[in-house]
Amino acid sequence: MSLQVMLSQLSAGMVTTILIFVLTLLFSLPLGLIISFGRMSENFLIRNIAKIYISIMRGTPLMLQLLVVYFGPYYIFGISISSSYRAYAVIIAFSINYAAYFAEIYRGGIESMPDGQYEAAKVLGYTKNQTFFKIILPQVVKRILPSVTNEVITLVKDTSLAFSIAYAEMFTIAKSIAASQKSMIPFVAAAIFYYVFNFFVASLMEFWEKKMSYYR
Amino acid sequence: MKKLMEMNHVKKSFDGNEVLKDISLSVEEGEVVSIIGPSGSGKSTLLRCATLLETMDAGDLIYLGEKAAKDENGKTVYVKNNELKRIQQQFGLVFQNFNLFPHYSVLKNITDAPIHVQKREKEEVLFEAKTLIEKMGLSDRADYYPCQLSGGQQQRVSIARALAMKPKILFFDEPTSALDPELTGEILKVIKELAREKMTMVIVTHEMNFAKDVSNRMIFMDQGVIVEETTPEQMFQSENQRTREFLGQYHNLG
Repeated sequence: MSLQVMLSQLSAGMVTTILIFVLTLLFSLPLGLIISFGRMSENFLIRNIAKIYISIMRGTPLMLQLLVVYFGPYYIFGISISSSYRAYAVIIAFSINYAAYFAEIYRGGIESMPDGQYEAAKVLGYTKNQTFFKIILPQVVKRILPSVTNEVITLVKDTSLAFSIAYAEMFTIAKSIAASQKSMIPFVAAAIFYYVFNFFVASLMEFWEKKMSYYR
Repeated sequence: MKKLMEMNHVKKSFDGNEVLKDISLSVEEGEVVSIIGPSGSGKSTLLRCATLLETMDAGDLIYLGEKAAKDENGKTVYVKNNELKRIQQQFGLVFQNFNLFPHYSVLKNITDAPIHVQKREKEEVLFEAKTLIEKMGLSDRADYYPCQLSGGQQQRVSIARALAMKPKILFFDEPTSALDPELTGEILKVIKELAREKMTMVIVTHEMNFAKDVSNRMIFMDQGVIVEETTPEQMFQSENQRTREFLGQYHNLG
């Protein structure tokens, strides 16, 4: 197999990896916000359900969660799984896992906001929604950006866990080419790919942080 | 004279600790009322009850004849939220720690609520805000962010923010306590100017000279009750033991 063929096979996997990454963020970021509201709810039941959810998602391996999401429908309910479900399983497992981490990051950010901001907004007559979306959330985003960057970088690397259900993202392909061609090159290419991807992600987040540094 | 605000037999406890014990107070249009007293006397809690930041346990709260809260058999019952929101527009509050929105510029801090809460014409709000900014001596600071301003400037912005809502009555919760001594003067000057314009104000303060100068009426609170309520002149010649003790701690009373 020529280098060119190898790289073209890998690059198809790269597109899949990027897609997993983007879709996971798209679903887990808002889902995390909803879970963080549950976690901060005054309702005992809702608060504790959110707490247990977060505890399980953070306390068990992502790879195991992925296997449960993928094989669960068959083993538990006897539903036969189509091969197209593989992609969904990856996105579902990653999203519900990362949402738990994001929920705790949001909670930390929201709880760190001084009461004075809520009080000023209340006296000025802002509604609860206006207060949250105009006053609180923009400031929370600035505060949590460094922690979110950490999670996002971890996610880039975690996409490789999709190999455990043989989903054809970049790492799965690299592994199979390496085995069939008895070559290290696919692994080197994979490493370079993840590194460059993360370098790009980190630069983007740094740029965003700088953009928000106009206030304290 | 029109009564703008009225509180009747207000009680408030925190964890069984009675902070306000049967307080009654009313403010008429054009009046400047100062509330003084030692820390823990309940004066800030009283202000927070008046501005709906704290709920009262018992008593009435009335703005311009409209009941925001009514005592029913010794327990305060508040009116519905949408009515409270409307009543809330009658007053403004200037905080000790300014509580400006740090992600908004000076201009946006002042104009955002009039535009998005009161839904007033943007043009008109901007025009009025510029006048207010000028009045506060911040003409060259309209595009600055709060973190780029001194404490005194931030407090002036927060006064402008409150005034932009066109409140009938303006409350101040120790407006100079978070400021360096050399910056308190500029805030006191602004409040005096507002008093000259007949703005109705209730001011919780530790600045005795200022309170004496600016107010029509002074209220001395201690341990959750109003000990004395009178003109500044009489307050400073009080025969009351507790009042004399408290005022005696402040030197150069002028």
